[in-house]
Amino acid sequence: MEALLQSFLGDNLLTLVLYASLPLVLILLYALLAILGEVKISAWMQDRLGPMRTGPWGIIQPLADVLKLLQKEDIVPEKADKFLFNLAPYLSFMSAYAAFAVIPFSSQYVGADLNIGLFYLLAISSLNVAAIMMAGWASNNKYSLYGAMRGVAQIVSYEVPAAMALVIIVIFLGSLNISDVITAQSGPVWNWMIFGGPKQDVMLASGTVFSASWVNLVFAPFFIATFVMYYVSGLAETNRTPFDIPEAESELVSGYHTEYSGMKFAMFFMSEYANMFLVSIVTSILFFGGWNSPFGAYLGDAVGLPWLTAVEQLGWLVFKGLFFVFVMIWIRWTLPRLRVDQLMYMCWKVLIPFSFGIALIVGFLVVVL
Amino acid sequence: MEITILFYVFAALTLIPAFFVVFSRSLIHAAFSLLFTFMGVAGLYVLLSADFIAVAQIMVYIGGILILLVFGVMITKQVTDVEIQASVGRTIPATIVVAFAMVTLIFILWPVNWMQSDYLPEIEGTTMELGELLMTTFILPFEVAGILLLVAVMGAALIARKPEEVQS
Repeated sequence: MEALLQSFLGDNLLTLVLYASLPLVLILLYALLAILGEVKISAWMQDRLGPMRTGPWGIIQPLADVLKLLQKEDIVPEKADKFLFNLAPYLSFMSAYAAFAVIPFSSQYVGADLNIGLFYLLAISSLNVAAIMMAGWASNNKYSLYGAMRGVAQIVSYEVPAAMALVIIVIFLGSLNISDVITAQSGPVWNWMIFGGPKQDVMLASGTVFSASWVNLVFAPFFIATFVMYYVSGLAETNRTPFDIPEAESELVSGYHTEYSGMKFAMFFMSEYANMFLVSIVTSILFFGGWNSPFGAYLGDAVGLPWLTAVEQLGWLVFKGLFFVFVMIWIRWTLPRLRVDQLMYMCWKVLIPFSFGIALIVGFLVVVL
Repeated sequence: MEITILFYVFAALTLIPAFFVVFSRSLIHAAFSLLFTFMGVAGLYVLLSADFIAVAQIMVYIGGILILLVFGVMITKQVTDVEIQASVGRTIPATIVVAFAMVTLIFILWPVNWMQSDYLPEIEGTTMELGELLMTTFILPFEVAGILLLVAVMGAALIARKPEEVQS
């Protein structure tokens, strides 16, 4: 992909900038789809029609929403800390977008193929915490501050089980490289982590051979539990219901972004949706094969078109990601909100002990088998 | 050439916010400036091919220490209504201490023969070597640091508890 861009534009800064902005296109398109999905799916779940007037069945509603946000007046509260108030939305989106740098969208497009990709993913998401804190404090509004403090407490707590879930996969695979995680799951559907990982020896992206056999099926129950754990922590880290305590509409107006309007609100909105997509994509990479086709073969390989294979891989990853975004929306309109004490109980007394237990068992099994 | 530009970008990202940290009167502003300093330092680590340390820098300093700092300042200010401001005081002892530290640093740094490389070195993963060293040669300091942190956490929990709960 990079070589293709270089052949058009030459080896210069423009190529790099274009190469780095490709995921942005995907995120923007996805955000439009997700806004529509959220309103329509919630409507269907509640036996309503949802937006029906903008376009057939309301399908251009997201464009109307974007236009509305563009026209809105950009209000900065008089007592707000203006510099930090203006900086926070950009920092928030930056942290969400920076995480996409290490996501392999297909075998041909990996922004930065880091050796420590999984660790980077965990670390960069902590920037979002700083952005939320900045927004909550700079707004000079008690609802914003409460929302920010709840949000930060929640994200910092749930980072632990999310990190442990990644650690369990890393213990099994022996690599922090995200491309390795995906190539280990290549081949048919039973090689996915959720079914216990690869069943025969496989050459990892970094060149080492990962030896495996059908005995790996014993890992399946532990990886299913890990998947549930990671997905629940992901829901909490993106402040989605049932963990939307930081923006609980009925108590806090809308949490840390109460005072934001217009495009700055849109930036927070985008960063929340980008984070949802990120968690969904990471879930599908860790447990559902990433860009691997569930059939183990690609149409592009069969007809001899390499670019078609790459597009198929992107398609599979986006499809899996969108499916988990759909599950998030589904959960949002099904479950009620947790209380703060239930939230902390869930994290510190359920998820964390279980994650340590699973890590011990998986570590033991890796050594024994 | 590119590495030189990158170095100056990261150095500026480290130093300019660092001046704000020192000279800002508002502690919150100082804390948030520290965010950019930490990011600049992480960038410098990347230029030194220390990938693991760079990410650990972001994780520990931005995700942990900075959040703790901001939380502390914010809660103290919002709950007790005491305006926390950095103030100028004890000028003479501070000048002496800073001058002493400065002279020490200059004496340490001056004789070093700094190497300058014109190309970006190939980054090979340092994670595996670090892990092996921590589990073999440096296992004792590693474990002692772990115990120290555990003791600190337990001490903090003990202090934060209400006194009557401690006695029961």
